[in-house]
Amino acid sequence: MAIWDYANPTRFLRLVEIILPWLIAACAAAFAVGLYKSFFMAPEDYQQGDTVRIMFIHVPAAWLAMMCYSIMAISSLGTLVWKHPLADVSAKAAAPIGAALTFTCLVTGALWGKPMWGTYWVWDARLTSVLVLFIMYLGLMALWRTMEDPIKAGKAAAILTLVGALNLPIIKFSVDWWNTLHQPASVIRLDGPTIHPDMLVPLLVMALAFTLLFFVLHLMAMRNEVLRRRVRAMRMRAASVAAPATARATAQPAE
Amino acid sequence: MTGWVGSLFARELRIAVRVGGSGMIGVLFFLAVVSVIPFGVGPDLNLLARIGPAFLWIGALLATLLGLDRLFQADRDDGALDLLLMAGRPLELVVLVKCLAHWMATGLPLVVAAPVLAIFLNLSPTAIGAVTLTLLVGTPALTLIGAIGASLTVTLRRGGLLMAVLVIPLTIPILIFGVSAADAAVTDPVPFLTPFLILCALTLISAVVGPIASAMALRFSSD
Amino acid sequence: MDRGGRRVFAGLTFSVSAGTALIVTGPNGVGKSSLLRTLAGLVAPAEGDLNLEGASQPDMAVHEHAHYFGHQDALKPALTALENLTFWQSFSAPAPSPGFKSAVMKPVQALEFLGIGHTARLPAAYLSAGQRRRLSLARLLITPRPLWLMDEPTSALDTASEARLLDLMNNHLSGGGIIIAATHSPLNLSTIVRLHLETAPEPMAPLSQERDA
Repeated sequence: MAIWDYANPTRFLRLVEIILPWLIAACAAAFAVGLYKSFFMAPEDYQQGDTVRIMFIHVPAAWLAMMCYSIMAISSLGTLVWKHPLADVSAKAAAPIGAALTFTCLVTGALWGKPMWGTYWVWDARLTSVLVLFIMYLGLMALWRTMEDPIKAGKAAAILTLVGALNLPIIKFSVDWWNTLHQPASVIRLDGPTIHPDMLVPLLVMALAFTLLFFVLHLMAMRNEVLRRRVRAMRMRAASVAAPATARATAQPAE
Repeated sequence: MTGWVGSLFARELRIAVRVGGSGMIGVLFFLAVVSVIPFGVGPDLNLLARIGPAFLWIGALLATLLGLDRLFQADRDDGALDLLLMAGRPLELVVLVKCLAHWMATGLPLVVAAPVLAIFLNLSPTAIGAVTLTLLVGTPALTLIGAIGASLTVTLRRGGLLMAVLVIPLTIPILIFGVSAADAAVTDPVPFLTPFLILCALTLISAVVGPIASAMALRFSSD
Repeated sequence: MDRGGRRVFAGLTFSVSAGTALIVTGPNGVGKSSLLRTLAGLVAPAEGDLNLEGASQPDMAVHEHAHYFGHQDALKPALTALENLTFWQSFSAPAPSPGFKSAVMKPVQALEFLGIGHTARLPAAYLSAGQRRRLSLARLLITPRPLWLMDEPTSALDTASEARLLDLMNNHLSGGGIIIAATHSPLNLSTIVRLHLETAPEPMAPLSQERDA
């Protein structure tokens, strides 16, 4: 595999080895502080009671799910424009994490919705947008899985990711529009600017912890993907021993 | 210099008409989907009139997606795609022309069939007109966005299902504004023109984004 | 250049001048077809570039000067032979270049010339393999392009058609055209340069030779 002959991924792997322990430690610390604060320091909501603590998972997951898509869109630009060999590894590694984050967001949203709205699912504009994002993550993962050649799959997925990035604001806008049309009753804004500092601090700490967690998982997944591609390249080389990879050329006149 | 556009359009249309009338199959599928709905939701005419525009739109969406997987695959199978890429013509325009021809052969019959099917769903004359008009404006966008999925999955042997999964989330805005405009024509509070003009804008956007993304995917697919 | 994540060949350099046929030979799987597809602009090379000197429109890429005659016939069974041909005539941009003269034929003439004139009004679905091959070949005669990239051009052709094909190719060469063909069978052409691809014992050892005919 040509691009893996370059030193770049090797250097990347070495860098990951150095960064990862620190990142894991920081992530664990942030979660320790964040979880402690959100469970023991943050006050109960006068209306929602303890249920409000779900928000400390739900909101960061939603934020991170959107950040994850932005990272994938930037990586896709990297694949198509700069042709960086690690860009499509990054995009591919981010998709399952994004799917997991949207899934977390949907599940916690449903669990919060049952006591609050009396139902697990409401076709609220935000929940619907997250659901669409979830489907798009799964579709991208399916595209990656169905295509045999990782380079080709990377390019195809990059195009789709960018089209999706163009389309997501339109989807968000149209879902909002659709939502106001069908149910004018507004949903309580929890992450608005009116939030009390006692709640805001744990929320921000948790957001930091989730961000760190995302990068830990993303780097690990990227490392796995690099190694997986090396295994693939080795297997292909092993298969083509009879007909090795390079051709030699000789040209002479035929007379 | 525009002669090649005409001959490409004519070729696509000829193939579409001669090969088993793919447009007719799309219309049949549309009819089948719409006639199944009352079995699902019950024969209540008021209910059908209320949800009719939505089901016509969903039926048109499914019928469009169903026919799209062969848009580029047929050309790839017989090697014509290689020659289309080499011909020295702007590929984005080639894709756009192919999409338009495909829409003429498969999308337009759906639009023509819609008023007839609307009668089954107890739609009022105003609603029938509104649904037909929104379908006329909106189905080209479905074809153009579907072309992206079709070109992404062109190398896959059985890419039809995957294509639908990839494309459906991207068509949500068109569905929303198409149905909203059709509904708005009947129910008073919202004006018809607002969602309808947004729908037109979406179609124009997809006429730009679809061919560009799809041409890019086709260039990579020949690798 | 890479194919499916595998480096097929590297360090390959050659040049072909007008009026010359480059015959690419080599064992199966060595990358003859890949080389042709790269020249046709269908596969992007990992590194390196292609140049066409003396073209009248320098902004046109190499592949826009080329006809690709591959394994597949690119015929639509639903269209008649003539319709298939007329479409490619109007769709493919001609690439005239100085020093290249070719007798451009009308589609009907080309069909007559190849001995399948009687099939002009028949849908391509009814044609035999050899007839389809010749119909596909007619494409090269109706749009003037100086470079012919041919992958196994003689497959599915009988002796008579093969002789006619060789005549055509020689005509093309004498008109100042270039042919690059991958083949197993020997082709009796006027001016030939051979390019033999073989598997290298040492992977990644670039070995190249340049030759102007």
